[in-house]
Amino acid sequence: MINTLKIRKNQGEQAIPDVTRAEIRPPFRGLPAVDGSKCGRCDACREVCPVGAISARPLAIDLGKCVFCGDCARECPEKSITFSTFHKIASTSRDYLVVDGAKNAEEYLSGAIEARQEIKRLFGASFKLRQVSAAGCNGCEWELNACGNPNFDMGRFGIEFVASPRHADGILITGPISENMAPALEDAYMCTPDPKVVILAGSCAISGGVFQGSAALNREFLDKHHIDLYIPGCPVHPLTVVNGLLKFMGR
Amino acid sequence: MKWIYTKNNRPVRLADIPEMTMDELRAQIVGRCREGRRVVAFFGMPNGRTETVYAVLADDEANRLYISSGAMGRERRYQAITPEAPRFHIFEREFYEDTGITPEGHPWLKGVRYGHDRADHEKTMESYPFFTMKGEEVHEVAVGPVHAGVIEPGHFRFMCQGEDVHHLEIQLGYQHRGVERLMVERYDRSGIHLAESIAGDTVIGHATAYADAIEALSNVEISRRAQAIRAIALEMERAAIHIGDLGAIANDVAYLLGNAVFGVTRTLVINTLLSLTGSRFGRGLVREGGVAFDFKPDHVREFKEKLTKVSRDVELMGEAMFEMASVLSRLDHTGTVDFEAATKMGLVGPAGRASGVSLDVRADHPFGIYRFYPVHKRTMLSGDVFARSYMRYIEIKQSIEFIFEQLDGLPDDKPLISPLHKLPSDSLVVSMTEGWRGEIVHCAVTGKKGKIVRYKIKDPSLQNWYGLAYALRGNGISDFPLCNKSFNLSYCGNDL
Repeated sequence: MINTLKIRKNQGEQAIPDVTRAEIRPPFRGLPAVDGSKCGRCDACREVCPVGAISARPLAIDLGKCVFCGDCARECPEKSITFSTFHKIASTSRDYLVVDGAKNAEEYLSGAIEARQEIKRLFGASFKLRQVSAAGCNGCEWELNACGNPNFDMGRFGIEFVASPRHADGILITGPISENMAPALEDAYMCTPDPKVVILAGSCAISGGVFQGSAALNREFLDKHHIDLYIPGCPVHPLTVVNGLLKFMGR
Repeated sequence: MKWIYTKNNRPVRLADIPEMTMDELRAQIVGRCREGRRVVAFFGMPNGRTETVYAVLADDEANRLYISSGAMGRERRYQAITPEAPRFHIFEREFYEDTGITPEGHPWLKGVRYGHDRADHEKTMESYPFFTMKGEEVHEVAVGPVHAGVIEPGHFRFMCQGEDVHHLEIQLGYQHRGVERLMVERYDRSGIHLAESIAGDTVIGHATAYADAIEALSNVEISRRAQAIRAIALEMERAAIHIGDLGAIANDVAYLLGNAVFGVTRTLVINTLLSLTGSRFGRGLVREGGVAFDFKPDHVREFKEKLTKVSRDVELMGEAMFEMASVLSRLDHTGTVDFEAATKMGLVGPAGRASGVSLDVRADHPFGIYRFYPVHKRTMLSGDVFARSYMRYIEIKQSIEFIFEQLDGLPDDKPLISPLHKLPSDSLVVSMTEGWRGEIVHCAVTGKKGKIVRYKIKDPSLQNWYGLAYALRGNGISDFPLCNKSFNLSYCGNDL
């Protein structure tokens, strides 16, 4: 008992008091700052990018494909690509994830998530998700689990991962969706009661990531169903997830 | 000469690898395994219409690897090795699934991962031949692929009588992404990124194995500093996951203080790794030829300061947890795998060491900086959940000590990333690392033009999944989560 109290005292308060203001320190790679005017058109960035996330004219990075490895920023002789630590990069629009440097972080954030009244009305106070790992490598899965730990503690906002799709308000998918997992993903979706949302977390789920184009995938699910929220990252950072979900819920 | 001997990360020319008939190879393997060698890789490579079969055996005491090959004729069948060298069981299953060549007399020839490029598409996940049990009060419990928590998918079928599990069968394959095939197709563009994603919880372990393989083929010795930084990251990864898993084990016995404290302590470790690499999992650090991030004096200071706290917190929490009667009563004698069974199944890593199997690549086949700073192997004997948990606790402390040793003597040679040469033609290299789950093996084979034509990956999970199934026998079904967490195996690592 004494030991327990000692440990408790030693730990103090661990929860991040305000997750909406929390910052991640460098060299964390969040929203890239792209400056096409500096670009010398040497194509070094495009050559090292493992996922083809960079387009040249105009210079832009697709956060849905980007695995945030930073190889492009290191290779660029003109420093026309750098990564900022800004982590609130979730968006309700797939196209919005293509960034060309026209917006700064604040501007990016203000237009990233379209707040829908019905979402706020239905899920604003309590939002339960069934997570389905469809060939996720366990990176995003660890980070999603971390969202509920004493540091990030998303449970305090009424957000929780539940065991059954029947108890869920939506499906949150990680991984590039393997052929072998596609039927189970569809089942989990069908078992979730309406109205429901679909959220993609991580580059693999959004674009296939480093596995895009593999013959072992089956991504038809994404053509059939509307996607409500995209959370980029490789893996997704818990602060990106929690802030993305909060904004999405209209809070 | 029946075998060519080499070492971890020392390439051999394909022409120098002895070739014999499949029957001879089998007899050789069985004989050498009786002498105490063990299998680390066994795979086929198409050779025109036939197949060349490569076997890699390890002699752990002599730090040597032995390679030989067999020519498979049109008969496409041979007598199974498994009945005489049981460690081969999963390797032969995998070989059979990949190539369609039948090891006759294999006791348990079922699918391993149902890969998209498997030999026989008639065999599907839906038609998996589960064992069944008949009798009074016998029932089966099916779980998955989607589990209750936020974890990877797999299917578990418990064959029970009442609460007791007679047998657990684990069917995997849901996570198959075709990594080995992609490695061959895309290694020059995204090899390291793919390696980092083989198992996202073992980023450094697999990336190091891949990078070591490419550097060895290219005949480049990277700087000592880069080697040391990789090793520090590898031990950070080990400590972080072990701490997280102790928290999960605490959670599964309803000891919530343990869950909370180990959870936040893990956060401290991975956030420290972020301060160096920009990623909580160390992504982007290991690159072919070295590492992409360097330790500044500030980093050294910060690592020491944070790890001192981690060390203290883990010890305080660990000592409290491992002397609490209500925790121990759940861990002791639960999910026991004895030494004999663990050896026969071929368990590796902390799960094996908890059953007395003294294997650790860092000591047996040292790579990188471990050649100069070998790690002392530790084992336990009871082979139960307690041993697998306490083994983690021991290893966390060992890892932190190792990191301190490296931080105090960081070599200052250059460069951080060495340029690589063109890969040689017709060569094979075996690259092994000790990830936190155990032995990782990557085999790369180059063709005539010096391009990689075959890339074989073995995650420690491949062998250890069977250990989990075995551990459940005779245990209550409610102890499954606990047994599962004590192993914490990778679905992706198995399914590739």
